[in-house]
Amino acid sequence: MHNFFHIWVYLRTQPLLWLTITLCMWEVARAIDIRAGHHALSNPTVMAIVLTAALLLLTHTSYQTYFSGAEYIQFLLGPATVALAVPMYANWPVIKRNFLAIIVSLTAGSMVAAGSAMLILRALHAPRMVIISLGPKSVTTPIAMGIAQDLGGNPSLTAVFVMITAMFGILVYPVVFRVGRVTDWRARGLAAGVAMHGLGTARMLTIDETAGAFAGLAIGLNGVITSLFLPVMIVVFGI
Amino acid sequence: MIRALAILLLCQLAGTVLQQALGLPMPGPVLGFVILVAVFLYRGGPGAELRETSQGLLKHMGLLFVPAGVGVVGELTVLKQNALALVIAIPVSTVLGLLVTGIIMQRFMRRADAADA
Repeated sequence: MHNFFHIWVYLRTQPLLWLTITLCMWEVARAIDIRAGHHALSNPTVMAIVLTAALLLLTHTSYQTYFSGAEYIQFLLGPATVALAVPMYANWPVIKRNFLAIIVSLTAGSMVAAGSAMLILRALHAPRMVIISLGPKSVTTPIAMGIAQDLGGNPSLTAVFVMITAMFGILVYPVVFRVGRVTDWRARGLAAGVAMHGLGTARMLTIDETAGAFAGLAIGLNGVITSLFLPVMIVVFGI
Repeated sequence: MIRALAILLLCQLAGTVLQQALGLPMPGPVLGFVILVAVFLYRGGPGAELRETSQGLLKHMGLLFVPAGVGVVGELTVLKQNALALVIAIPVSTVLGLLVTGIIMQRFMRRADAADA
């Protein structure tokens, strides 16, 4: 028993343990998601986060220690963001044909989402760091975290906000589209991609292929557009 | 796979250098993404190796968010302190974003369909 304790104390500080645990939790979460038949409320990322976070709290492990192992996974977000160029290029003919419509709708929706979120927080006297971290919440996580980092927000907090936003969006989008009388699948897909990025895209792909394509291209474009307007918006709003 | 990773990292590196050199507001990986799209448009799409590696990475993108998401354990206090503001801001802004994008895009598409017909 004594030896086990020593091994545990040793392993706890090594990258190997937390890297392995993150991958295992991901596999557990995926297995649950498959069992749940990819239900709208079952999201492997969220489940893996909850499982891993619970384990950290139970074992009194600091996030810093955890991250010394998990950072190897996090590093892959960079090349994965670049890799979004592949689906973007595949959809290029559709994008080119509807370029103006997509850019205008996406920019308007994205600015309203980010602007209203930040203004509500400011009106309720939230700290500047929290307001800036919430700004890029509709953007896909790797890009959102990069934007938050550059603007002086907290990337981990942004990642949490991105996840909460997408999960809320998944819950309400059918009602919102019905009330707003949005019936066109191209418009629905684009809106889902703008408001809830990857989670929205995955959902749209299971319902309608066109909607999925429009949601997918909204992810990359929204990232680029948000990283351009958000710094300006923060200055204009005086945040 | 290694060659494809090298290409992706080269784009990210070029994007990061560009961002640092010009002091741009966009993160390096986003610029790398723009650079790769530009390369595809100029020289033709990705080869089989780059396509497969990219699709592999994107298929498991959900895993890549986990380390950052676990950061919630360090943010519980901030979340609690701002709970009310967040409970209002996130739902309101998400619904507005969905409505504005969807309604404007639908207008455009109806006009485009009418013009085609």
